[in-house]
Amino acid sequence: MSVLFHSRTLLPGLFLSLVFVAAALISLVWVPYDTTVLNIANRMKLPSWEHWLGTDQFGRDILSMIMVGARTSIAVALVAVGIGMSVGVPLGLAAAARKGGWLDEVIMRANDLVFAFPSLLIAVMITAVFGASALNAIIAIGIFNIPVFARLTRGAALSLWNRDYILAARVAGKGPARISMEHILPNVANLLIVQGTIQFSLGILAEAGLSYVGLGAQPPTASWGRMLADSQTMISLAPHLALFPGLAILLTVLGLNLMGDGLRDLLDPKLRRARV
Amino acid sequence: MRLGKVGTGLISALALSASMGLAHAKSDITVAMQLEPPHLDPTSAAAGAIDSVLYSNVFEGLTRFGSDGSILPGLAESWEISEDGKTYTFKLQSGVKFHDGTEMTAEDVKFSLDRARSDDSQNAQKALFTGIETVEVVNPQTVAVTLSAPNGSLLFNLAWGDAVIVAPESIENIKTNPIGTGAFRFSNWVQGDRIDLEKNADYWGTPAKLGNVTFKFISDPTAAFAAVMAEDVNAFVGFPAPENLPQFEADPRFQVLVGSTEGETILSTNNKLPPLDNVKVREAIAHAIDRQAIIDGAMFGYGTPIGTHFAPHNPDYVDLTANSAYDPELSKKLLAEAGYPDGFTTTLKLPPPSYARRGGEIIAAQLRAVGIETEISNLEWAQWLEQVFRGKDYGLTIVSHVEPMDIGIYARPDYYFQYDNPEFQKLFENLTAENDPEKRSELLKQAQEMLAKDYVNGYLFQLAFPTVANAKIQGLWVNQPTPAADMTAVYWEE
Repeated sequence: MSVLFHSRTLLPGLFLSLVFVAAALISLVWVPYDTTVLNIANRMKLPSWEHWLGTDQFGRDILSMIMVGARTSIAVALVAVGIGMSVGVPLGLAAAARKGGWLDEVIMRANDLVFAFPSLLIAVMITAVFGASALNAIIAIGIFNIPVFARLTRGAALSLWNRDYILAARVAGKGPARISMEHILPNVANLLIVQGTIQFSLGILAEAGLSYVGLGAQPPTASWGRMLADSQTMISLAPHLALFPGLAILLTVLGLNLMGDGLRDLLDPKLRRARV
Repeated sequence: MRLGKVGTGLISALALSASMGLAHAKSDITVAMQLEPPHLDPTSAAAGAIDSVLYSNVFEGLTRFGSDGSILPGLAESWEISEDGKTYTFKLQSGVKFHDGTEMTAEDVKFSLDRARSDDSQNAQKALFTGIETVEVVNPQTVAVTLSAPNGSLLFNLAWGDAVIVAPESIENIKTNPIGTGAFRFSNWVQGDRIDLEKNADYWGTPAKLGNVTFKFISDPTAAFAAVMAEDVNAFVGFPAPENLPQFEADPRFQVLVGSTEGETILSTNNKLPPLDNVKVREAIAHAIDRQAIIDGAMFGYGTPIGTHFAPHNPDYVDLTANSAYDPELSKKLLAEAGYPDGFTTTLKLPPPSYARRGGEIIAAQLRAVGIETEISNLEWAQWLEQVFRGKDYGLTIVSHVEPMDIGIYARPDYYFQYDNPEFQKLFENLTAENDPEKRSELLKQAQEMLAKDYVNGYLFQLAFPTVANAKIQGLWVNQPTPAADMTAVYWEE
């Protein structure tokens, strides 16, 4: 437990991230005000006791909007990272197991191809073809997560394949698939977790960016990026409309990055040894 | 050293043009608008942006609109109407020259009208010319237009931007090099940025007071706000963000003109798509909508509620808003009677303007309150034209119909509302044939009522037309009887 306090970034990061995860989870069962009901007469109110963060241009409670928006962001980013991991990690393991073979070449060159595309461009392309929706945003963000995980896994796995215990496993008659699952994967998991938090924060940024340009979740689903886009012409009129969703994005991404940093310190055996 | 020479030459040229610029600063103007024209031929496209730049500035018709919607003489100095109401004899202004130096005569009028009404005509408003049987050249200054039946709105129809006079000599390149008779001539088009006009020194009528006019196209509302605030543009006609208007009003550098338009903003309904083909369902939708909330929420209070497809500033307007008053309980009852006690789900496709995007969110919430779920999809204009306007693949959409006196679109069963009512079509036929102003007024009122009773579309509000301009600019159009940014009478106050 004391190791938790060794890292100066882990706790603040964890705290910030948990605040938003909690907000998202609470919004599943309860929000202060229904975000699908508009109240035009009560619009653009400054923060008050009734509305802690004020109301938006349609009179909706901004706190409730941010809670629901957290759910949208986290759901999109989580599933996108899930897609990236569940496809990218097996690809990376397979490439490492067949190092130098044709399978390795095919997988890694395909990865290079996806990498070579600007990620936002892929997202715009997918939503242009299949229409704008949260689901398509997930797929788009998920696709550009795949090569990140594939490369990371392959690189880390390659160095493990030369270890003595892998040799022992091979002598014991285990096949490459089994070795990858039983001996390689557990030893690269720490790296994957760290990368996962970073990709997760990038996913939240990507979702905000996509919905800012209108390609993410469609109304009435609340989303931080769209809250920003909708309020930008009113920024001189009611700055809090843009301020709070902007802060939400900033703090969530900051929290996740700090947490990722802290996790790396915690999980990286080399750093751990140095500390001891 | 040669470079040095060129450099000095450049600098002195720059200094010269700068000093000239200063001397003429009060005669040039930069006017911004939101949409850029796709091309520059007002007689072959529906895009209002073409007229916004060229109407009255470059192209003129036999008659023209004033800012208040009145019909004024244009290239026709005067006209006589025969006893039976079928023949109009127009006497043309003398000494009118096109910008390429050729003379404008009765031959050009015949050419323009015949071209607009021909079978292979590309004119977007061909219906304006349907009653015309022949166009005859009496002498170079006189044209006789004969109709198959009396048509009370001919002079009005000829004032449209789609009925301007063009020349056969210059028609080939009209889309890139428009040659008209107006007080300004076209000089340059930098696509994606601006169109430049310059004063026509040989103009037949009152010459323009401005020297050069630059129309800049700024589609993004945030960029529009910044451009006006920084005074990069002298005026913005059709300012896209109503929420910013109070700020301009409070600033002594600017004047804000809020005029009326011919833009009936409506919740267009696909009258052939179940369950929207049921008049009870459409009535339920009409009663579920709170117009004032939409005007306040989407337009920040700018807009006049309407209850039918007709402009409130028109003398024949009937206020039918009570017919579709906001009453969610009645709406639920009507839905139950129509067989949808638990509501239904339909699509709501929204084009880019803020009245549609914001209005759409508000309407979706209002419909949800009575049990109607809408799937919102935000479309770009090209997609909207493709899917909704041409493809008729939609349940509901929000759009502003900016053409003047366009109630006739309801007589077209193939129009995207797909409203097919023989009774209305008959009524409109009678209206077109009627010449007596009083009877016309009566028929127009009947037509408005019929549309309101059939709940063809959800009638929301008449679009307001905000212009933000430097406080020293005079002579701008306040209202928009037709899409136009008429610069012919604009000047800088000293």
